[in-house]
Amino acid sequence: MVRSPESPVLSISGLVKDVGPLPTLDGKMLRVVSGLSLVAERGQVTALLGANGAGKTTTIECAQGLQKRTHGSISLLGEDPDTAGAALRARVGVMLQDGGLPPSARPIPLLKHVAGMYQDPWPVGELIERLGIDSFSRTSVRRLSGGQKQRLALAAALVGNPEVLFLDEPSAGLDPQSRQLVFELISELRNRGMGIVLTTHLMDDAQRLADYVYIIDAGRNVAEGTVAQLLQHPLPPEAGEQHIRTLLFEADPGLDFTGVLPDGVNVTEARAGSYAATGALTAADLAAITAWWAARGIMPRSLSLEARSLEDVFLDISGREIR
Amino acid sequence: MTRDSAALGSARPGSAAPARTLGSAPAPLLRRIVLQGKYETVTMLRNGEQLILAVVLPLLAMVGLTVTPLLDGFGASRINVAVPGILALCAMSTAFTGQGISTGFDRRYGVLRFLSTTPLGRTGLIAGKILAVLAVLALQVLVVTAVALLLGWQPDPLGWAPGLVLLVLGAAAFTALGLLVAGTVRPEATLAITNLLWILLGALGGIVIPAERLPALLESIVQFLPSGALGQAMREAFLSGTVSPVPVLVLLLWTAIAGGAATRWFKWN
Repeated sequence: MVRSPESPVLSISGLVKDVGPLPTLDGKMLRVVSGLSLVAERGQVTALLGANGAGKTTTIECAQGLQKRTHGSISLLGEDPDTAGAALRARVGVMLQDGGLPPSARPIPLLKHVAGMYQDPWPVGELIERLGIDSFSRTSVRRLSGGQKQRLALAAALVGNPEVLFLDEPSAGLDPQSRQLVFELISELRNRGMGIVLTTHLMDDAQRLADYVYIIDAGRNVAEGTVAQLLQHPLPPEAGEQHIRTLLFEADPGLDFTGVLPDGVNVTEARAGSYAATGALTAADLAAITAWWAARGIMPRSLSLEARSLEDVFLDISGREIR
Repeated sequence: MTRDSAALGSARPGSAAPARTLGSAPAPLLRRIVLQGKYETVTMLRNGEQLILAVVLPLLAMVGLTVTPLLDGFGASRINVAVPGILALCAMSTAFTGQGISTGFDRRYGVLRFLSTTPLGRTGLIAGKILAVLAVLALQVLVVTAVALLLGWQPDPLGWAPGLVLLVLGAAAFTALGLLVAGTVRPEATLAITNLLWILLGALGGIVIPAERLPALLESIVQFLPSGALGQAMREAFLSGTVSPVPVLVLLLWTAIAGGAATRWFKWN
């Protein structure tokens, strides 16, 4: 096998996964992933962003060899995960959504046990210190808090010093301090050249961590790009009342803004004196509205500008209805 | 929704420095299996309920059978008839009930899935479990034999070699059955099924009480059960130093059928 530094760590093409037959579907199969493709590079964090049930976990479990795919091709470090052996598994670290740690185990013996499966593991003492595990090293897994469990599961995924790291919902159950710690470590590992693939339904995770984001919905790709690229995603034609930016301000009630702002920017007065101007606001629009206030001696009591978040993009793309 | 993929350009940020020290080779296969076997053995021995099932209850049953007349009339002392069956009961405790319950809960908590993503893999995981069953069984044999000798057990010296092989074969059949149950139903159901069967087969399955002592209806059935076959073969080995083919065949069949079914239907998650 030829390995160049440019070859992606993971490449999925046209992945289809059917599960079942399910009694709830009259014994029919359910298609949970239908034609999904993605590429993850070394030294990057690649995020699969989607709502619960979008098929994120199924996709990465197919990539890990935990589930057999129905159709499509997967190349993990140049090998097919379904037929790969211990040599490939040693180069891949996995943190499962439910942790996968035995409840009666204590952190240090457990990490030492997993470390024994590798020829040249990450020194357990170093990992324990790095992830703050020493503070609960004598507690059994079942008594750990959600954040402690996640940190231990991350340590167990890293103990083989992998080239590829899979993280399924890494910030689930993390308190703010643990989250900071985990996010810093993930960034550091990325800088060391690890290829990191994570799933999340939290826009904030993707926005803070990801170099490249795949938005998936109902088992298929709906958009992809860097966070910056996704934020410039054009509005869907059916978006209608949706917006790119919102200018919120409070002033005297009943003001008439007709003719002040260009077409496409709507001003609404949600409560008396509380206005929202939404649309593709530009700096010129801001200048126009403040000049209009100045000419009339209006001084807003409050003023704020909300930029479009990845969440807006996500909702624009995947629809706002609750499923 | 059916919106097409909206690719937003192919430019991706530059990669960081190429990997330097990332990636490891797996430890050798044998070392991985031995490590897993050791880990599972320690876990089993630390579990109080499992120890009761594995050692305390078989010892109590052995004492019970030597102070009651249940095993009189077989032409050998009570203890000589009892101990081979108790050793068989130990194999059922550890391989079927103990191992089944722990595997069932490991499956529930995702432990099987996590370990199968490490270099250990699914095959190594199963091999480690088998090793742990054999290690615990070896300890059980030592403890039961020591107590039995104190109580006056006089095994046929020719019985040891076939007896130990039969015990391993019985453990194989019960491990396969335990994995089949643990891999197909919820862990709570595994707990109930394996405990209930341990009691039923222990009392009426021909394992410690010979089939001849059971009601006529059961007598004809139990010789085809793994419990009855193992109990009968163990008694033959340690009472007369002989092995007859039928119970061996029955155990081999159970191992093959349950092993095949477990391979086919075992759900990892």
